[in-house]
Amino acid sequence: MTNHYIDLKNSDVILIMGSNAAEHHPIAFKWILRAKEQNGARLIHVDPRYTRTSARCDYHVPLRSGTDIAFLGGMIHYILTNKKEFRDYVVNYTNASFIVSEDFYFKDGLFSGYDSKARKYSKDTWVFEKDAKGIPVRDMTLTHPRCVFQLLKKHYSRYTMEKVASITGVSKEDLTKVYAEYSATGVKDKAGTVCYALGWTHHTTGSQIIRTMSIIQLLLGNMGICGGGVNALRGEPNVQGSTDHCILYGNLPGYLKMPVASQDTLTKYIEKCTPKSSDPQSANYYQNYPKFFVSFLKSMFHDKATKENGFGYSWLPKMDDGAAYSLMHLFDEMYKGKIKGLFAVGTDPSVSSPNTAKVRKALENLDWLVGENIFDNETYCFWKGPGVDPAKVKTEVFLLPASASMEKEGSQSNSGRWVQWKYKAAEAPGDAIPVGEITIKILDAVRALYAKEGGKCPDPILNLKWDYKDSKGRFDVLKVAKQINGHFLKDTVIEDKAKGTKTEFKKGQLVPTFDMLADDGSTASGNWIMAGSFDAAGNNKMMKRGKDDPTGLGLYPNWSFAWPVNRRIIYNRASCDLNGKPYNPKRKLLEWTGETWVGDVPDGPWPPQADKQKGKYPFIMKPDGLGALFGPGMAEGPFPEHYEPLEGPLSKNPLSGQLINPAIKFFNSDLDKVANADAKFPYVCTTYSCTEHWCSGALTRWQAWLLEAMPELYVEIGEPLAKEKGIQNGERVRVSSVRGNVECVAMVTKRFRPFLVEGKTVHQVGLPFNYGWLHPKDGGDSTNFLTPTVGDANTFCPEYKAFMVNVTKL
Amino acid sequence: MQATEIVKLIDTTRCTACRGCQVACKQWNEMPGKRTRNFGSYQNPPDLQWNTWTLIRFQEHVDSKGNFKWLFRKDGCMHCTDAACVKVCPSGALFYTEFGTVGLKEDLCIGCKNCVAACPFEVPRYDGAKDRITKCDLCHTRLQAGRQPACVLSCPTGALTIGRKDMMLKAAEKRVKELGGDANVYGDKFVGGTHVLYVLSEKPEVYDALPKSPSVPLSILVWKDFLKPVSLLAAGGILVGSFLHYLIHGPKLPDDAGDAGKKEGGE
Repeated sequence: MTNHYIDLKNSDVILIMGSNAAEHHPIAFKWILRAKEQNGARLIHVDPRYTRTSARCDYHVPLRSGTDIAFLGGMIHYILTNKKEFRDYVVNYTNASFIVSEDFYFKDGLFSGYDSKARKYSKDTWVFEKDAKGIPVRDMTLTHPRCVFQLLKKHYSRYTMEKVASITGVSKEDLTKVYAEYSATGVKDKAGTVCYALGWTHHTTGSQIIRTMSIIQLLLGNMGICGGGVNALRGEPNVQGSTDHCILYGNLPGYLKMPVASQDTLTKYIEKCTPKSSDPQSANYYQNYPKFFVSFLKSMFHDKATKENGFGYSWLPKMDDGAAYSLMHLFDEMYKGKIKGLFAVGTDPSVSSPNTAKVRKALENLDWLVGENIFDNETYCFWKGPGVDPAKVKTEVFLLPASASMEKEGSQSNSGRWVQWKYKAAEAPGDAIPVGEITIKILDAVRALYAKEGGKCPDPILNLKWDYKDSKGRFDVLKVAKQINGHFLKDTVIEDKAKGTKTEFKKGQLVPTFDMLADDGSTASGNWIMAGSFDAAGNNKMMKRGKDDPTGLGLYPNWSFAWPVNRRIIYNRASCDLNGKPYNPKRKLLEWTGETWVGDVPDGPWPPQADKQKGKYPFIMKPDGLGALFGPGMAEGPFPEHYEPLEGPLSKNPLSGQLINPAIKFFNSDLDKVANADAKFPYVCTTYSCTEHWCSGALTRWQAWLLEAMPELYVEIGEPLAKEKGIQNGERVRVSSVRGNVECVAMVTKRFRPFLVEGKTVHQVGLPFNYGWLHPKDGGDSTNFLTPTVGDANTFCPEYKAFMVNVTKL
Repeated sequence: MQATEIVKLIDTTRCTACRGCQVACKQWNEMPGKRTRNFGSYQNPPDLQWNTWTLIRFQEHVDSKGNFKWLFRKDGCMHCTDAACVKVCPSGALFYTEFGTVGLKEDLCIGCKNCVAACPFEVPRYDGAKDRITKCDLCHTRLQAGRQPACVLSCPTGALTIGRKDMMLKAAEKRVKELGGDANVYGDKFVGGTHVLYVLSEKPEVYDALPKSPSVPLSILVWKDFLKPVSLLAAGGILVGSFLHYLIHGPKLPDDAGDAGKKEGGE
């Protein structure tokens, strides 16, 4: 989230889209209800399904799965046509005024630079005109035909009410209602926010859906203010903590970039990853990238990392250029027999990964599989699953019992970036130990083997800093947390020129902020964004539970630690005008006193923009310092464009000649079948979870109270479709896609309605994905037998929420 | 300190049907979860049971204006002031607590099921294995310890609140006024007032398994409030009458009429 959970109560209009917040974030949902009760906030739920969230919102607008960019693009069109944008903010805080290269164009669904063979863009033309100093040329009147603002207007002029209604299946009345209500927040004293989750990310265009909303929020001046922002409701199994600590293959801790093979020296890598800006008013904070990265290398290899050996850069694994290593790629390689061993830690991909048939067949190719979990699950038992002959499977499976979250101490990060330390509440049963402890033991043994027998590439393993144990030899989570925070490797004096102060730090002292990290090897930090989670005196700020809220805005600055540097709302200097006066004095997040900022931790201590000598633009993490309406960093284009899902009901994109996302990758095994606009699979299908179960259900299906409340797999079908097919409520049916099928109970409901899309009736159905064959035996098997192996072009997040099925009586 | 009369308020307009209360109740009262089937609804178990003392009911409703609403209602014991179950319980297992709620002493229950028949809300359920009935006791021991009931504690949105009767009724009325439309308070106007109140968004008759005007059944009133006192009176009258008769007329002795046979055969 750019904001945080409690801040939701400050909003005037909350758009819940791509989220079923009441069902999947039931505790946090109370803040959304507070906004309604305390502010009279309007709650709008846009979702293919009417859910328990819809029941608590002011109204629900159903739309066809996979058409969110069309819906939001229509809103951009509405905002610009009706002049609802917050002009001052757009001119001064976004790149609306930047002039784009004359070689850039968009034609019939494709941007300039497309290589259709490689399914990839060259971004050479997605650039700005620059002056002699290298600073982007700007037209502050926003009238130049090639300024971003005019190009934006032109792009979304195609998203007329008629077109959007026809693509999404949403009536023009409903579109107008939502657009009018939401765009009314484009004024100084109103805040609009969006709560989204997997309903947006689980699409081949997922990242761009979020980008479209970011554009809307920038146009309306909703970024960096109380009750605004773009707020992802992260997954409950500590997804925020996981991504912060680089569970994603393309990241190093703190969202640094994983190096690729062609970046074979530290210099080359640093050069590629460190953005440059010539504009003195752009803080371009990522120019400090070398400090974060070198400090990371020092935390990994300590004294072994020296200036001479590039701080051990050559010991880091590198990705092959152009390759990707997502979950889908992993199982594709495994299916081809190229992956021999797997650690499946706290996961059940046999139920939760797309294209279950392919995943389960892939597992049979493994020589060994190590499971670390609190319970057994379908993945660990794949060798005795339905249709598998154990005698023919040669995989050796190891099950290592792991402690559950309440059986160990450590930090947990919520969506609002609050890193909250939590304590052990119960002893783990039997031999179960924390996963951190399992990791330590395994790597200890590996290092001992390397030392004794040698082996391939010993340096990365043997040169690791490896002292994370307490006096009893057990995993010491506080040692790890401190290493992550970072510390000074030698006595250091930090000078603050602005304040005229000098502070001395001793070797070994914890760094209180990433501002003090260095690229010369004098600091170590396992994760730069966590710097400051401990203070210099060694106090664990994540443990703090201060209930004071001096601004009354719900910031709670002394409750735990929020990265970065305890800043609660990101880009908060955009909540003030050019002189640092809050746009909305009633929700004073920050204010410039003439000397300093008061309120939240300012997003950069620099004076407001009006100060041409020392002032900086507010979006300090962007190289240009301004919010990006034109975003060249995306794989499929600087402006989001509606493309149909890989498998959808239409054979032609109503908006252009480009049916699907031109930058998505295809998987081509014999089990990767796709059936687009196929009469055999006429219904749009989405998948989701429920309040009572957790992801694959591998933990919750064993819990009798939860299973009693939600006992088995079901498909939600609208009454019109059920009537057409003669399906009764509670009857058993089969749901099938071109890839596989499942049997389940039919839940016939008024909450699903058909859509009128391009003049034809299109039905939508949906299933939860929480069930697997292991337990209960009669509860249904994985919904992902239905889903395709395809994902977002930027993140490879799978398209779980839009594909085509049929439903038949058994 | 004297216990005050409390009321638990269920504001259905704040409920997200998360089933936290349904599970918290089972956890606190150590009631098992049983294997169920999905009968075409999120509602499960399908009804209150001996091991399910509170249940979220799901209902798809289209109102008179054609608006679709998904209604959620937490079902369970209403803790009546005039509780039919207490009235008919022969063993005193069901009783009024110091909070005005209806408690249940499980070991006094003889499994006669009078209460099952009597309750206008169809709440008490019979546990065949133990030959006893079960129902929500509004977490009596938790209240005695100054704690909130398990369900109230678990509710994330504030749909469940508990407090002094007058204050809760006031809060309910204020909420209903805020909501407007058909919103109403349910529970204050019958069976002497219940200690569980609802804020409903629709009229009571719309809701599944919710009686519009519940009352202690007439047969029970006739039995307990009329026939029983009368019959007690009559029983008492017979005992007193017999005793008085004894005092006045003495015991029944053998008399002359008893020697009838001898008289005939004399001088």
